[in-house]
Amino acid sequence: MDLFRLTAHEAGELLRRRETSSLELTRTALDRISSVDSQVCAFVTICEDQALHQARLADERLKNGNTTPLTGVPALIKDNMCTNGVRTTCSSKMLEDFVPPYDATVVEKLRAAGMVMLGKANMDEFAMGSSTEHSAFFPTRNPWDLSRVPGGSSGGSAVGVAADEAFYALGSDTGGSIRQPAGFCSVVGLKPTYGRVSRFGLVAFASSLDQIGPLTKDVTDCALVMNAISGHDPRDSTSLPVPVPDYTQSLVPDIKGLRLGVPKEYFVAGMQPGVTDVMEAALAKLGQLGAVIDRDVSLPHTPYALAVYYIIAPSEASANLARYDGVKYGFSAKEAASMWDAMEKTKQFGFGPEVKRRIMLGTHALSSGYYDAYYLKAQKVRTLIRREFDRAFEKYDALITPTSPAVPFKIGEKMDDPLQMYLSDICTLPMNIAGIPAISIPAGFVDGLPVGLQIIGKPLSEETLLRVAFAYEQSTDWHKRKPLI
Amino acid sequence: MKLSSEEVKHLALLVHLGLSDDDVERLREQLSNILENFEILQKVDTTGVEPTAHCIALENVLRDDVTAPSLPSDRVLANAPNREEDYLKVRAVLEQ
Repeated sequence: MDLFRLTAHEAGELLRRRETSSLELTRTALDRISSVDSQVCAFVTICEDQALHQARLADERLKNGNTTPLTGVPALIKDNMCTNGVRTTCSSKMLEDFVPPYDATVVEKLRAAGMVMLGKANMDEFAMGSSTEHSAFFPTRNPWDLSRVPGGSSGGSAVGVAADEAFYALGSDTGGSIRQPAGFCSVVGLKPTYGRVSRFGLVAFASSLDQIGPLTKDVTDCALVMNAISGHDPRDSTSLPVPVPDYTQSLVPDIKGLRLGVPKEYFVAGMQPGVTDVMEAALAKLGQLGAVIDRDVSLPHTPYALAVYYIIAPSEASANLARYDGVKYGFSAKEAASMWDAMEKTKQFGFGPEVKRRIMLGTHALSSGYYDAYYLKAQKVRTLIRREFDRAFEKYDALITPTSPAVPFKIGEKMDDPLQMYLSDICTLPMNIAGIPAISIPAGFVDGLPVGLQIIGKPLSEETLLRVAFAYEQSTDWHKRKPLI
Repeated sequence: MKLSSEEVKHLALLVHLGLSDDDVERLREQLSNILENFEILQKVDTTGVEPTAHCIALENVLRDDVTAPSLPSDRVLANAPNREEDYLKVRAVLEQ
């Protein structure tokens, strides 16, 4: 078997048994990238020299025995996480040449664990989008069908893992940006509880919704990456000051008696019939494994989540993106008549159409005369959505839904209709609104295209999600199927 | 609600975002369509409901005031489009 096909935990085991070296794994990954990335376009930046250097250091460390399960395992980082000395573009012209002078906390933690960083992953510009077509550089393609999108905004991270270019990846999720591409590419993607993972060094999109998490080849890898990146960080005042469990302890294939709710609002009109079939089969499987499935669950405020999200996220984005004024760093328009003209041109030519759309939408929602009707109203409905989940979790250990109502769509299909694009996140937005964790795992295929199963839990219930995900994964082989690339 | 071109231009002015005439027209149409769809929220009864700004209610996050080295200014300013020594250079804010 080719080394690049290994999961991160398999690669780590071989390394610690000295049956391969980090240098060999890194070379294999770099070869794989040079043979397939021209087709899938997952990477914005490839760090060949740095990766080989880090691999040599990891091999030294492996010789000395001072290792973690991820020491020497090559990874891919979404290009909105700051990497010291490696440009961090957010797939935007605005930051095309931006080289951060420091590491994001998650990157610092992974480096301390012995990560080899292969490069930076393509994304929708500033993480705004659901298809990775809004990258200012190039769209990323789905390895299961190159004419289709990989989902987004962490499309590059999902594809890098699905196409076996990297052993694992980090993504960020503001409204589904880890889970939706994980579902579209048949990999595992976890959005942790808000505050579980530090956001320090993550380029801000919507600060009350953003959360970093892993994209991996299986559930075991997901637990390992969570162990490495979770925890309180004094540099992020919204990170939770609570201890981190060993997530690998949750990898037990036993869900007997676990109460799983199936909210009916996630199974309504607009869902592809094939996706319904996959979900039925998955629920039957979870039932066979001993879980108690209850389909009589209603979360009646679900239909309002789209509007709540697309008011709150753009409002926060319009404030966060005001910093790109062409003065401190980033693109700066040179040909301008005055300071204000320079600032307007910097934003006009530095930002792409979706970013402009959201800045305008957020500015409108926050503007005098509309604040109460939009922003404040959305925040109140946010409270109702959160309460509804709280009540559901009094009765259920986890909720089960599809990750997306449909399989991956064609490149270009939704680019002219922003509202249609927004609707592809309909099943993943509510969890960001409520700050709760959710994982997407491979659950099957419709005509060769992947379908993700989403497992949702109460705050800090990542262990339950991993347990359900692991039990399901161990009794199916969807995660072992590979795209023909 | 339907936005007018003037409203779109006013919003752009508030955030100093330059737009072409085509941008204004496209945004007017798209934002109007999106906002119309969001009117669904007015159907929700939120009487007596407190707004949620953040889901995790951490308040007054404090820490000891310990000094630590900052990043060297040369590294921080390395990304500046226009600098002079340790300063960012900007155009005149007040014009004659």
